[in-house]
Amino acid sequence: MSEPAGSATSSHTAWRRRADVAFQALALLILLLALAALGALIWDVLADGTGRLSWDFLTSFSSRRAERAGIWHALTGSIFVIALTAAIAVPIGIGTAIHLEEYGSRNLVSRIIEINITNLASVPSIIYGLLGLGLFVRTLGMGRSVLAGASTLALLVLPVVILSTREALRAVPGSLREGSYALGATKWQTIWHQVLPVALPGILTGFILALSRAIGETAPLITIGAVTFVSFAPDSIWSPFTVLPIQVFDWVRRPQPEFHDNAAAGIVVLLGLLLSMNAAAIWLRDRFQTRGLR
Amino acid sequence: MRRFEFLIEWGLAGCALLSIGTTVSIIAVLAIETFAFLREVPVADFLFGTEWTPLFANPSFGVLPLVAGTVLVSAIAMLVALPMGLLSAVYLSEYASPRLRRIVKPVLEILAGVPTVVYGYFALLFITPFLQSFVPGMRTFNALGPGIVMGIMILPLVSSLSEDAMQSVPQGLREGSYALGATRMQTSLRVVVPGAFSGITAAFILAVSRAVGETMIVAIAAGQQPNLTANPLEPIETMTAYIVQISLGDTPQGTLEYRTIFAVGTLLFIGTFGLNLASAWLRERYREEYA
Repeated sequence: MSEPAGSATSSHTAWRRRADVAFQALALLILLLALAALGALIWDVLADGTGRLSWDFLTSFSSRRAERAGIWHALTGSIFVIALTAAIAVPIGIGTAIHLEEYGSRNLVSRIIEINITNLASVPSIIYGLLGLGLFVRTLGMGRSVLAGASTLALLVLPVVILSTREALRAVPGSLREGSYALGATKWQTIWHQVLPVALPGILTGFILALSRAIGETAPLITIGAVTFVSFAPDSIWSPFTVLPIQVFDWVRRPQPEFHDNAAAGIVVLLGLLLSMNAAAIWLRDRFQTRGLR
Repeated sequence: MRRFEFLIEWGLAGCALLSIGTTVSIIAVLAIETFAFLREVPVADFLFGTEWTPLFANPSFGVLPLVAGTVLVSAIAMLVALPMGLLSAVYLSEYASPRLRRIVKPVLEILAGVPTVVYGYFALLFITPFLQSFVPGMRTFNALGPGIVMGIMILPLVSSLSEDAMQSVPQGLREGSYALGATRMQTSLRVVVPGAFSGITAAFILAVSRAVGETMIVAIAAGQQPNLTANPLEPIETMTAYIVQISLGDTPQGTLEYRTIFAVGTLLFIGTFGLNLASAWLRERYREEYA
């Protein structure tokens, strides 16, 4: 900068330096504030919820009396729905990713499918609920069943599964495929015996993250008509069901504070589930990265 | 052997086409019900009416109160998420050591992964009572509490996409700025942020789309009163919260009241779809800028 030398410049420099420090402090403060919000949220839920947490709470059914209510029906419902969601979404998601990565010629159809998947990833989840209601519950006649819920959630998480599987496939070195072809393997033999095993940890990571999104979803399942008050665990893919987030929602909406504590306890269980799923994903990611380095 | 390979290839293509099928089904389901709805309610009454009372004996189907509620909450959320997300991104991209970044980014990701029903609980039973202790006239259900919480939820999205955009600004531009004697703040605000502008705008638009489509926070903490107001202390209802309200009730299927949720859903889908397209277009552009 072509400023005149002298005390004016040095005081200006000092000012600029102070502004820089102040700006850095502000930015750091904001960042810490965001982290503090997370801390407050977890503290709040733990403070309200741990008192209600017990073996009875986990294994009891819903009740009109707050102190006797439990989450067994919702917990089993969540696990059932998520398992079925995985069974539907995973093969289709991996199949789509393989098609796009390994077979996809760069033609117009592939391009449209790609743009479409990116778009689907940012459609609000409640729209998937309306889709599930119109398509699965009514047109296909599944009713308000576990199957309808899982199908809806499967469509919802499909873009996540596809995108992460593609990443994992892309990370597999091309030389591996060429080596396999050179030995006379067909395309599918190469994919099945060489590419997929190497990409597996990456695929699993994305798949766990997708399911951890599905397990927290509430709105689409309310929209397809999952019931808020059930007193039984689902026993087939046709039974009506509820899930943990819906049970929490039902308790939060009630005016009595005792039910709010139940909701907090339900949230603690839900967060616990999520935390263990994410820990598994991180463990897999680390394994994957060390392998990539070798 | 060849036949097997052929079957596999077509099977995989079938999987891929299913995603197109999903989009087509979404549009078909929304369109069929919305047309059925619009046969009985004129489009102009729906889009420009200022009263939303579909469950009353003498119903009125003006969607503007729901739109206003959605806009109000989303605006509050963006007022929180944009400055905070942007400053966090500047800090992480321009100031933080790689080690700090490695610790902070996953923690921010946790914020994005918390189920929204949990944020609803937090808004209704923590943030709102906290604000009520010093904001007079604030109701139990209001737009401010859930708006702020929604901002916190969206912050990681703004922060991580903005940071990506800032990282893609060539290092040479920063070095040029430092060589001219600029401080880190001047470099950040006058070189990096303008350089990443289209990427930051893309992040911002995507965040708006997220806020508009967010459901559980507002369904729990913002109330269920369609209310054409700009007062953030009053109870309101958003488009998404209305869909939840009707889904929970016992409105019989196939009635006009029931079809309203698809009409509102269509509006929501068009709105978020437009925002997503705009965001994708801008992201494409900044990729080209520094390619």
